[in-house]
Amino acid sequence: MSEKLLLKGGRVLDPSQDLDGVRDILLADGVVAALGEQIDVPEDARIIDCAGLLVTPGLIDVHVHLREPGGEHKETIASGARAAAAGGFTAVCAMPNTDPAMDDPASVGFVAAEGRRAGAARVFPVGCISVGRNGERLAPVGEMVDAGAVAITDDGSPVMNSLLMRLALEYARAFAIPVADHPEDLALSPSGQMNEGLVATRLGLTGKPNAMEDIHIVRDIMLAELTGGHLHLQHVSTRFGVESIRQAKGRGVHVTAEASPHHLVLTEDAVEGYRTEAKMNPPLRAQADVDAVRAGLADGTLDIIATDHAPHHYDEKEAPFDDAPNGIVGLETAVGIVLTRVVNEGVIDLSTMVERMSCQPARAFRLPGGTLAVGSVADVSVIDLDAQWTVDTAAFLSKSRNTPFAGWALRGAPARTIVGGKTVWEAVSEPGG
Amino acid sequence: MNPSVSSLGKDLVGLEDLSGEQILSILDTAEPFKEISERRIKKVPVLRGKTIVNLFFEASTRTRVSFEFAEKRLSADTVNIAASGSSVVKGETLVDTARNLEAMRIDMVVMRHGSSGAARFLAERIPSSVINAGDGQHEHPTQALLDLLTIRDHRGRIAGLKVCIVGDVLHSRVARSNIFGLLKLGAEVAVCGPATLIPPAIEELGVTSFTHIEEAIEWADVLNVLRLQLERMHGGFVPSLREYNRIWGVSSQRLAAAPRDVLILHPGPMNRGVEIDSDVADGPNSVILDQVTNGVAIRMAVLYLLAGGRQESAEAAKQGGEE
Repeated sequence: MSEKLLLKGGRVLDPSQDLDGVRDILLADGVVAALGEQIDVPEDARIIDCAGLLVTPGLIDVHVHLREPGGEHKETIASGARAAAAGGFTAVCAMPNTDPAMDDPASVGFVAAEGRRAGAARVFPVGCISVGRNGERLAPVGEMVDAGAVAITDDGSPVMNSLLMRLALEYARAFAIPVADHPEDLALSPSGQMNEGLVATRLGLTGKPNAMEDIHIVRDIMLAELTGGHLHLQHVSTRFGVESIRQAKGRGVHVTAEASPHHLVLTEDAVEGYRTEAKMNPPLRAQADVDAVRAGLADGTLDIIATDHAPHHYDEKEAPFDDAPNGIVGLETAVGIVLTRVVNEGVIDLSTMVERMSCQPARAFRLPGGTLAVGSVADVSVIDLDAQWTVDTAAFLSKSRNTPFAGWALRGAPARTIVGGKTVWEAVSEPGG
Repeated sequence: MNPSVSSLGKDLVGLEDLSGEQILSILDTAEPFKEISERRIKKVPVLRGKTIVNLFFEASTRTRVSFEFAEKRLSADTVNIAASGSSVVKGETLVDTARNLEAMRIDMVVMRHGSSGAARFLAERIPSSVINAGDGQHEHPTQALLDLLTIRDHRGRIAGLKVCIVGDVLHSRVARSNIFGLLKLGAEVAVCGPATLIPPAIEELGVTSFTHIEEAIEWADVLNVLRLQLERMHGGFVPSLREYNRIWGVSSQRLAAAPRDVLILHPGPMNRGVEIDSDVADGPNSVILDQVTNGVAIRMAVLYLLAGGRQESAEAAKQGGEE
C-alpha cells in the first residue's frame, strides 16, 4: 500500500526525544517505522537524501483562518492546506469564524472532510464556544468534538460574557480540550484601529491600549483558576499580558499561550503610511511589548508560535485604513521569519523553535505528531536552514497576499513537507532559486 | 506652469510632510492672492484650462465653498461631488471612484473623507494632484495654513509665539495640522481640554498639555478654540455641554485675567455658549472672520503652487502675466 520513505542523513532535531544528530528515518504505513544512525532499508523504500537539511517533527499551526465556508474568495480549505504544507506545516487548526460560523457538528465535520480531501497539511477544526459566535449560549461542544473539533473558541471576537467563559472552561473539561480566547475587552475601544500611542495620535487613528488585552487576559486566568479548565490565550501581544501568564503558570493555572511571528518582529511603526498590510488584531505594539513577547517565548511563558494566518482579498485591504479588515497571511512566511528574525537573532535556539512550532502545539491541543518517536504519526518537516530567499507574494499558494513581509530577504525555508508518510509538498528547486 | 516641478510635490496631504520653508512659501504666495478677492471682477486666468474635482464624502459648507471660490477666482473648471447621490452610495470603492474621475482627465482632486489617511491613499493611486480638505481625525492642512496666515497677519510672526489649541484635540484634524505647522515654524504649542479629549502621547510631539483653561489663558499669546461636537457628549467624552462651558469655555471673564491680549481663533462652525462665549467670538481679539477671508487666499496659493506656479511669480501671475 503506502510507499515507504527513507529520509537519509538529515540532521534530526526532535526535542521530544532530546535528539539532535544525523539520523535516518524510515516512514512506513503512515508512522515512523524506524529511527537510527544505521537502519535496515527495505528494498521498496524510496530514499530521500536529507544531507545538510534539518528534519523535525511536523510543524503545527494551531491558529489559522481558512475562510471556508463563506469567504472562499480569500481562502479555501484546500488552498489553505496547501499553503500550510508549502510553509512547512503538517497540520493546522482552522478557526470557526466562518460564515456560517462553525458551531455545530455538521460544519465541523465539513471542514474536517474538506481538509482530508485537500490531501495537504492535516486540517483540525476548532468549534465555536457559543452558538453563532454570538457570545451568549454554549455551542454543542461534545457533538463538535465527536465530529473532529480539537478545541473551542469564538476567535475573531473575544468572549465578553464572563459567565459564558466560565461555563465553557468548566464544560470543556469533560472533553479534555482547550478553550481558546482572543483576549480583548471590546468596550474599552470599540472603534480602535491600531496600538494606542504616538503613531496612532499622529496618524489620527483611534488607538487600542494594551489594557484592552491585559484586562481580558487577567479575567480569563482568574476563570481558569476558578474552574480548573484549560485556557489557551491566543496571539498575546502585551508586556503585562506576558507577565500575567508567567505568574499564572507559576501558580499552577492550566494556561497555554501563543505568540505570532508578527508580534515577535514588528512594532506599530510598520503602520506608518497607513499600511493596511500591517493592520491586525491585536495590533502591532511598542518595542517594549515585542521584547516581552520575545522573552516570554524564550522562557516558555508563551508555549506556541502560531501564525493567526488571516487571508483577505486585495480589494478588501486596498482601502482607507479604518475600512480595511484586520489580519495578515502567515503560513508561508512563518518558518523564514522565525529562523531569520528570532532564531538567528538569538532569542531562542533551533530546538526551542521546534518545541514552540511542533511539540508544544501537539501537546496543548492533544494532536497526533509533535514527535518522531518510533510508532508516532509520520508527519515530518524538512527545512533548509541555508536557503536564501525573498518573500514573493505572487508565489504564495494561499489565495491571499496580505503580508507586511513582502520583499523581505530571509534565510531558511521549508524543503519538504511529509504528512502521514507522504510528501505533500516539496521545494521545486533550490528554494528561492 | 508645470505640475511636475511643483515646489510642494504632487499633493498636499498634510503639514507633517512639509518643511517649514515650504509652509512659509505657501503663506507668502497667499499674500498677493488676497487682493484678488477685493476686486470688483474677482477672476484671474492663473488656472485657466485646469479641471478640478471637489470630492466631498462628508458634509462641509465653509471648506467646500472656500475651495470653490479659490478655484473659480483662478479660472479653473470645477465639478462638485458630494457623497450622497453619487456612485459612492451605490457601493463603489474609493479607488474606483478616483480612477473613474482620473479617466476623465482631471488635474486636481480636493477631497474630504471620513477616514484618516484617505487623502494619502488617493494620492498614492492617481497621477492627479490631491489636496486634502480633511481626512478623518488626521489632517486639514489648508485650515491650519489659513490659521497660520491669520496669526502672522495679526502678530507679525509665528516663531516664538505661544499658541494653545483648546478643546476636542483628540478627534480634531485641525488640531493635528496646526500642531505640525506651528512647530515647524518655531511656535510653542500647547493643548488644553478634558483629558478624555486629549490624544495619548501628545506630549511626545513636543506639545505642552494644560488641564485647566485658566492656565492656558495665562500662558498663551493665541488661543485656537475647537468646536465641541455634540456627538462627544453622547460618546461620554464630556458629561454635558453646559458643564463643558463652565469648566473649559473661553469667556471674556477668563480672558480678562490674561496678562496680555490673547488672539482668538476658531475654525468654525462655532457653538456659541459652549466652547466659546459670544462676547469673545464677537470681541476685539477675535480674528475668526479674518480666518475665513484668508482661507480663500490660502487655497488659491495651494492650487497655484501645486499646478507648478512659483511663489516669486505669484504677483505677476495674478496680473494675468503668466499662465
